[in-house]
Amino acid sequence: MKKLYILFTVLSFFAFLILGCGGGDSSNIKVGLIAELTGDIPAVGASCKNAAQMAVEEINDAGGFQFGEKKYKVDLIIEDNAGKADQSVSAAQKLITQKKVVAIVGPNASRYALPAAEIAESSKVVLITPWSTAPKATLDSKTGASKKYVFRSCFIDPFQGRVLAKFTLENLKFKKAAVLYDVASEYNKGIAEIFKEVFEKNGGKVVAFETYTTNDKDFSSQLTKIKRATPQIIFLPNYYSEVPLQIQQAKRLGINVPFIGSDSWGSEELLKLCGNDCNDYYFSAHYAADAATPATKKFIDNYKAKYGSTPDDVAALTYDSFGLLWQALKSAGKNDRQAVRDALAKIPQYDGVTGTMQFKEGSGDPIKSAVILKIIDGKFTWFANAKP
Amino acid sequence: MVYIFQQALNALQLGSIYALIALGYTMVYGILTMINFAHGDLFMIGAFFCFLIAFYLKLSFVPTLLLTMIGVAFLGVVIERLAYKPLRNAPRVSAIITALGVGLFLENFTLALNPYPQHVPALITDQTWTIGNVSISSLQIIIIVLSLFLMLILDFIVQRTKAGMAMRAISWDKSIVPLMGVPVNKIISLTFAIGTGLGGAAGMMYGLAYPVIDPYMGIMIGWKAFISAVIGGIGNIRGAMIGGFILGSVEIMVAAFLPSTYRDFVAFTLLLILLIFRPYGILGKPNPQKV
Repeated sequence: MKKLYILFTVLSFFAFLILGCGGGDSSNIKVGLIAELTGDIPAVGASCKNAAQMAVEEINDAGGFQFGEKKYKVDLIIEDNAGKADQSVSAAQKLITQKKVVAIVGPNASRYALPAAEIAESSKVVLITPWSTAPKATLDSKTGASKKYVFRSCFIDPFQGRVLAKFTLENLKFKKAAVLYDVASEYNKGIAEIFKEVFEKNGGKVVAFETYTTNDKDFSSQLTKIKRATPQIIFLPNYYSEVPLQIQQAKRLGINVPFIGSDSWGSEELLKLCGNDCNDYYFSAHYAADAATPATKKFIDNYKAKYGSTPDDVAALTYDSFGLLWQALKSAGKNDRQAVRDALAKIPQYDGVTGTMQFKEGSGDPIKSAVILKIIDGKFTWFANAKP
Repeated sequence: MVYIFQQALNALQLGSIYALIALGYTMVYGILTMINFAHGDLFMIGAFFCFLIAFYLKLSFVPTLLLTMIGVAFLGVVIERLAYKPLRNAPRVSAIITALGVGLFLENFTLALNPYPQHVPALITDQTWTIGNVSISSLQIIIIVLSLFLMLILDFIVQRTKAGMAMRAISWDKSIVPLMGVPVNKIISLTFAIGTGLGGAAGMMYGLAYPVIDPYMGIMIGWKAFISAVIGGIGNIRGAMIGGFILGSVEIMVAAFLPSTYRDFVAFTLLLILLIFRPYGILGKPNPQKV
């Protein structure tokens, strides 16, 4: 009897939790957000959530949307994908079928954005991923044509890989590079291959092309191999939680060459985890907080005032994703999935906080420029621009 | 030659951590014939204890190590009392499922407290010596020496002390030994304390060598250590040590001489072949079912 009583108490507690999450006004515009709040890259999810909440608050404070006679406010429904592909799928399904959102923003990492994008496409709901740079995210998995409902606010990896390869060859003047990347992750693998291709086509040589699998912590074997190949620079297109380990282990093995990275480095967490080990290295990013235009500056100041930290790439891109969505909602003039998609596809150009994005007809990928940041004294510092 | 020597050092470092964790699996199996699948997560807790102690109490290396080991050992004993003891006479599957549940609980509890990967502060000034192109870091030496030292102490406790004798006796026959006046519950608690304490020490050393720690770090390492224990012959303490070093070396050497993408695939194929020829592991003995 006592056990039954405990069981009942626990169950009713959970029921209460679940019921507590419901509610909300049905006449509001519902927008879903899928973020990596837990899992292996929680800093990405946190930035994404912060920027999303800020974007929604701003639009609601400005009065929301007016469609005909009626005023609409925006409800943000946040789902955690726990850093898992399957949970990204179920989060997308939940947002689409149960929560009836008009559009979805996120997930950020390509390995989660890809499966979620498939669901959005087949359910005919707009999905804008802020940070997924893998080309496949916006391409149909069967035909290779552009997906109709999937958009993004960031540049894509072929561009980024080319920028990095050229920067290494032309600005840093290194001809021998080594690459260490996560072979089990869509993003890392894609950009590593593009880097190698462009680097070798332009007269460089990749002397070691080593891999590991997600969640590995020991890279000593691969790094010893890289050391033997005597590269002048090592390219690490890996996430911010792994890069510090790789750099520290390389130093412990007596490797003294510089490192270069991709936009997955761009989180304040990298600086925290790295300490002084990452100083003087370069990586490509979506925007430079220290070299911002006035409009971007306003966003940075608001974000800083609200959350006490400089917005990273993910935060800025999430903010731009919502900006795109607001513009689409305004020109669609109604709270309807198909109308929002059609309006979004017609936007030719959008001036966001991460720069100007140009969309070609029928493609969800913006054409925009990248920046190269250098880590100086534990700070991300603008170093160079790269035009599309 | 230099290359091989450097890779051997890498293998020794990884292997000694696997071996330390494998000991926890093998000791619990030896005494309870139960696989404590929460052990990998206790290892993770060890790394987090080390982080908390080093970060908030700012203690130096040795006190941090002792506190971590004691803390994790205590947690191990509590888990045994609360979760495993009530199931000691239940079907073995129930105990294994419970262990998996405890592991998931530990992971998600840590996750709920703080999902961010943490950076373990350096407790030892890390120095790298280069002798003829081979680099050795002070951390590497400490990990290897300390692991061997802990293993020697354990071997001494099990082979030369009265408590060790009781452990061996219980693993031999659980029903007769209590009749001889051996306090079975105490010995089981002690076994858990030592096994998980070593796991905690491994967690701390892992946290120092690979200073970014997260709540999921114990899963893969736990599996690999379990595999090490099986290779060495589960239930056999010296076997677990040997198994850990074998797995560490195979992993490092495969990546050293073949494309690194093949690492896990080749490593585990080799181990499967080994198990075909020695199904009870290297030092394990066939254990016929008693009727």
